[in-house]
Amino acid sequence: MSITKKATVFVRLKDGVLDPQGVTIQKALAQMGYPDFLSVRSGKFFELEIDGNASDIDRKINDVSSKLLANPIVEKFTVEKA
Amino acid sequence: MKFGVVTFPGSNCDYDAYAAVKHVMHGDVEFLWHKSEDLAGSDVIILPGGFSYGDYLRSGAIARFSPIMKQVIKFAESGGIVMGICNGFQVLTEAGLLPGALMRNSHLRFSCKFVYLRAERTGTVFTSSISKGTILKVPIAHGDGNYYHFEGDIRKLEENDQILFRYCDQSGQVTSEANPNGSLHNIAGIVNAEGNVLGMMPHPERACEPILGSEDGLRVFESVRIWCESLRPVGKV
Repeated sequence: MSITKKATVFVRLKDGVLDPQGVTIQKALAQMGYPDFLSVRSGKFFELEIDGNASDIDRKINDVSSKLLANPIVEKFTVEKA
Repeated sequence: MKFGVVTFPGSNCDYDAYAAVKHVMHGDVEFLWHKSEDLAGSDVIILPGGFSYGDYLRSGAIARFSPIMKQVIKFAESGGIVMGICNGFQVLTEAGLLPGALMRNSHLRFSCKFVYLRAERTGTVFTSSISKGTILKVPIAHGDGNYYHFEGDIRKLEENDQILFRYCDQSGQVTSEANPNGSLHNIAGIVNAEGNVLGMMPHPERACEPILGSEDGLRVFESVRIWCESLRPVGKV
């Protein structure tokens, strides 16, 4: 029986990198009557299913996150394993 | 000399680039399929505009790992001439061949219009026949053209004279009103430190004939041709 493991990779813009999408969402919230939300930063996440027999899973997740899922110039990532 | 134009799934300016070389400049040019690993003896590689792989994940992020890019990276690292236009620029930054990143336009809209560019440097592969301060009228068509890099790295680009084109107004003034996407320092096009790899968001291949509203883009292609055919210093890019 094959077992799969799950991990979620969260990709965020680095601090200090302008997020026009987040700024626009924040302005929309203020217009909707929610002025208490002072800042919004947008990001994305990826749910990965991994072959449970694979070796070096942590390193591989780290590899694919830094090579493809995130652009290390402007983004940072964190990993949560289920 | 021969140009090679890469076609990724989702490229849509490959034919424009091909036509600029073949039909306007009467040069030798061939399409290079993304799955191929053969650059077909090209002297200059063009990564064209478009939406490679649907711009999924980030613009250029997936195209950067296509088979042809392995060869393009080798070619560039050994001094080969590479031009990335629009999506091609995004692919080159993702591949690490050019510094920085192209982020969502600051106003969040897709911009498709003519802009003016000021040539910041002459005598490079890509500006061999364009004098410094020349103003070029060339269109843009992008949603992710907002050039970003950390301030220290931008300073390095300025110090190394790697900024080839800046957005300006019709009279050549570099102003924030003339900046169509929020790019830092009005950056529209840069070269790598060695000077053999160009990335630019505006589309010179769409401005090569009077019927298209401008012929200014042809000067970039002509510069490359002239450089390759006559100016190229022996043993150097």
